Amino acid sequence: MTTKLIFLESIDILGTIPNYHTLLFVFSIASLIWFFIKKQSQSVNNQATTDECDRKLEEWRPEPLISEIKKDHPSLTPKTITSRVGKRIIVNEYDCLNLGTHNYLNLTESAEIEQEAIRSIQKYGVGSCGPRGFYGTVDVHLRLEERLAQFMKMEEAVVYSYGFTTIASAIAAYCKRKDLVFVDEKVNFAIQKGLDASRSNIKFFKHNDIDHLEQLLKAQSGLHKTNSQGVETTRKFLIVEGIYMNTGTICPLPELVILCRKYKLRIFVDESISFGTLGATGRGITEHFNVPRHEIDMIMGSLEHAIGSVGGFCVGSSFIVEHQRLSGLGYCFSASLPPLLATAAIISLEIMDNKPQIFQILKENCHKFHRGIKEMDIFECPSFAESPVQHLYLKKQLDNEKEKELLEAISDKCIENNLAVIVPVYLNVEREQPRFSIRICISSSLNQNDINFALNILNKCANEVL
Amino acid sequence: MVGDWRRRPVGRERQVESQVPWSGTIGTRIEAMATTSRRTCVGTTLTEISETEQRIQANGITSRLGCRVNNNGYAKAHPANGHPRFIRESKDEKENRTYPIKLSKYNESFEKVPFITAALTHFGFYILMFLGFINQLLFTPNVAKERKRKGYAPLYENFEQFYLRYVYRRVRDCWNRPICSVPGATVVLKDRTTNDYGWTFEFTGTETKCINLGSYNYLGFAESTGPCAEESIRTLKKFGCSSCSSRLELGSMPIHNELEQLTARFLGVEDAIVFGMGFATNTLNLPSLVSAGSLVLSDEKNHASVILGLRLSGAIIRVFKHNNVKHLEDCLKKAILLGQQNTGEPWKKIIIVVEGIYSMEGSIVHLPEILKLKKKYKAYLYLDEAHSTGAIGKRGRGICDYYDVDPREVDILMGTFTKSFGSAGGYIAGTKVANILRNKHKNTAVHLFNSAFLQTLINYLRVHSHAHSYAMSMSPPIAQQIITSMKIIAGEDGTDAGKKRTKQLARNTRYFRRKLNQIGVITYGNENSPVVPMLVYLFSKIGSVVRTLTTRNIATVGVGFPATPLMEGRIRFCLSAAHTKEQLDYVLKNIEDISGTLGLKYSNKPRDPNPIEYYSDSETE
Ligand SMILES: Cc1ncc(COP(=O)(O)O)c(C=O)c1O
Repeated sequence: MTTKLIFLESIDILGTIPNYHTLLFVFSIASLIWFFIKKQSQSVNNQATTDECDRKLEEWRPEPLISEIKKDHPSLTPKTITSRVGKRIIVNEYDCLNLGTHNYLNLTESAEIEQEAIRSIQKYGVGSCGPRGFYGTVDVHLRLEERLAQFMKMEEAVVYSYGFTTIASAIAAYCKRKDLVFVDEKVNFAIQKGLDASRSNIKFFKHNDIDHLEQLLKAQSGLHKTNSQGVETTRKFLIVEGIYMNTGTICPLPELVILCRKYKLRIFVDESISFGTLGATGRGITEHFNVPRHEIDMIMGSLEHAIGSVGGFCVGSSFIVEHQRLSGLGYCFSASLPPLLATAAIISLEIMDNKPQIFQILKENCHKFHRGIKEMDIFECPSFAESPVQHLYLKKQLDNEKEKELLEAISDKCIENNLAVIVPVYLNVEREQPRFSIRICISSSLNQNDINFALNILNKCANEVL
Repeated sequence: MVGDWRRRPVGRERQVESQVPWSGTIGTRIEAMATTSRRTCVGTTLTEISETEQRIQANGITSRLGCRVNNNGYAKAHPANGHPRFIRESKDEKENRTYPIKLSKYNESFEKVPFITAALTHFGFYILMFLGFINQLLFTPNVAKERKRKGYAPLYENFEQFYLRYVYRRVRDCWNRPICSVPGATVVLKDRTTNDYGWTFEFTGTETKCINLGSYNYLGFAESTGPCAEESIRTLKKFGCSSCSSRLELGSMPIHNELEQLTARFLGVEDAIVFGMGFATNTLNLPSLVSAGSLVLSDEKNHASVILGLRLSGAIIRVFKHNNVKHLEDCLKKAILLGQQNTGEPWKKIIIVVEGIYSMEGSIVHLPEILKLKKKYKAYLYLDEAHSTGAIGKRGRGICDYYDVDPREVDILMGTFTKSFGSAGGYIAGTKVANILRNKHKNTAVHLFNSAFLQTLINYLRVHSHAHSYAMSMSPPIAQQIITSMKIIAGEDGTDAGKKRTKQLARNTRYFRRKLNQIGVITYGNENSPVVPMLVYLFSKIGSVVRTLTTRNIATVGVGFPATPLMEGRIRFCLSAAHTKEQLDYVLKNIEDISGTLGLKYSNKPRDPNPIEYYSDSETE
């Protein structure tokens, strides 16, 4: 179809409608009337209100834009990293074994990825200089999306340029006002923000508590309007994390899926941590539980953890995912992922595909570590044994601030002893303040010595501090 | 007039603005006098300056000259030691100064569409809808349907589905076009075709090289060779792609600090904080700056990220008309007068949120007036400079540089690195001691200076920003690209390469915009804005223009409903310092061609009969 034709087509159609000038006439009269009414209703400010305004303005003491910050607030002096982040990391000048950052597969140190990323800069430059819609779609983005869909054996994938925004935008693209969203109470901050943006009706259920969820679902069933086919018109969603960022626990996916089918919920799983770690070949929680992937409506993931790049993605059926290309705010209105980072992610996926044994190693490391922690008498660790993220809580529960103080002292001491572990940072705007812990991120690059070393140092430092 | 004036650091002679609206004979003479008397003060003592000022006033030309000086007051900066220095004005002067709207900096045009075109546009759109409707009745597309979800509430709204499938689909090929090269002055498109009217696309395997007027590559830093690429590669080799951690956990590298300091220096403020994504900079920081009980006055054309950020904050949002200072003032007055919605209590604080250059309108914010309002009504100002940093101003420092206002007068300066710097990410910059100190709470100020507390915007964000705590830190090679390009723009690399770029962009902008006006198409926005929307109104024309230009190897962007009002379909050109005059001439020639055949010459403005000059290198502006 040539462009001329399209243009002519629209003109032709115009000519074939007989009464369009009548329509136009009516339309113009209507708009004229509207215009006049609008003009009239614009009131003019009179002197009295101006005086009143001046007086009020004089009296008004607006709050300061920001509140005060303590000069010695720890957030003002974060730890400084002066090396590449890999198996080892230099934190505040201490050369440490890295158990603090999320590079579970240690792909940040891969020479292959580095080579390809360099080649990508030499071909595409650094930035993409435009959103996906406006010449910001580089062929590597398409390749990455294709690879992701292939890797997850789902129809389609969509890539965002930032992990946090992925989750928040994807949720808000589907969940709208009046929709009913069931959410686990321990979800991470990105999901919380996505829910805020959606303005849906949100029901939190107790962490991993299927019975509580079912109770809530029962209470809601039958409350909503149905359409002519007897189908409820209120959309219902369930949002959970594969492995919870804030606890390291795993969600009981099979049970959740059964509930979803029973109560007609669509389920979105945030696999930021479980993608590339769980399952025999790293496909995530669906592989781990052997849940058919079509049972999950959408999987959201991050390219910032196991993959070792930047960005995020969603995979699912085309019917679902395609929608984000026009409704995902962070997708449409932001520059696309820099091509070099997309390239890095593609190579990471290839490595994951070609070396499935790394997942086995990672799993063993997690088990070893988890067992080691269980033997310590200072910490308790409710995290899932195969999870690469393990949260160590103090066995003796104290008040929140005190716990934070102690744990930070332990983590600082560990760093001084060449082991990088951290206490995760939570803002006080979280829906519910998570309990403070030491967060360990386990990587496939660790060997038995490293694990023994880490456990020893943890034990030693904790004993010194407490 | 004397007062604070004395403290003015005298660096160098102040030049006289050339575009003074009242430059009649008398005006010129006064100006000349003013200039000479100024000239005499260079190098003299401060007292002498004030005497000179008084002498001028005593000459009986106070009012005019007063105006003139005022005009200078905000229009001048002294480039001393590479740092911006600004004239302090006395209080009186601040209150009385008027901003002459006619200055060329304000030369902005939003030509109204002829009534018949407006009617036709609406009509054309309804026809499209109607056709789509019939189309929908006649056949169901073989697109993805939801499987195994019988008995579920439909996931999407009907109208939305309909619009996408039967209206938008017809022009779908104009967006999301894949490229396979640097998005520089030219770009290589991967050709695709559709055999089913836009439902699906296939790659043909061929490629087309086009002149790129679609990417936000204002200063031409999208390059795969040269210092930026080289240094990024070096950093990549050293630090890898990612730290896999947030800034507050284990993601703060010296390169981030360097970038923050450089950004602050570049903008002429004390401190800055950077984030990995521009969109997230808005959405994840606005909620920590405004909260329930605050009022936000937001320009109607603000970017989606700003709107989302404000929505997340829980503050009350009122929208004022695009770049309309009067409407803004009305809104402010009303807010002061009526207070909070239900209770009538005064608002906790009022924040005005505007952008530097509006990416869809091509307009430039009326910053001096808004600053004046902000001061008068004790509000705060959030300025999103996504499209303006680097792209505008004599020294490429953005809107404040453009109007020569002190960047420290803007409470919150936000911007992104995606555009002019050819990288990714965003920043927020501001003064260490927030503006609050300047108001009348003397006791607060004393308290602040003496206590163990800091009241600084950026440090506040370091503690409270969502992005700083939770989101990934900026990738090192991405940060390096910004550092290198920013140093070039600022001239810190020791060359004038950056200056050349800013100049080239300004020149391209003027030339291209004037030429378009001469052709007779309607363009929106400010004469100096490198974003040039050309109005085509009809939905179907967006498609035809973009397609036709592509066949002539020009890549542009069309924008239509719902991104713009239904009426105002447009083609957007983004100029770049990388474009040469020949490239622009080629583009202009083609636009002239097609605007004849497609009927784009809507403008009723008189056309400049003289040939438009493209200034030579030696010219200063
Ligand atoms: C005004 C404004 N703010 C923020 C952004 C988002 O920036 P980024 O593309 O870096 O995410 C944009 C991008 O288009 C913008 O125009």
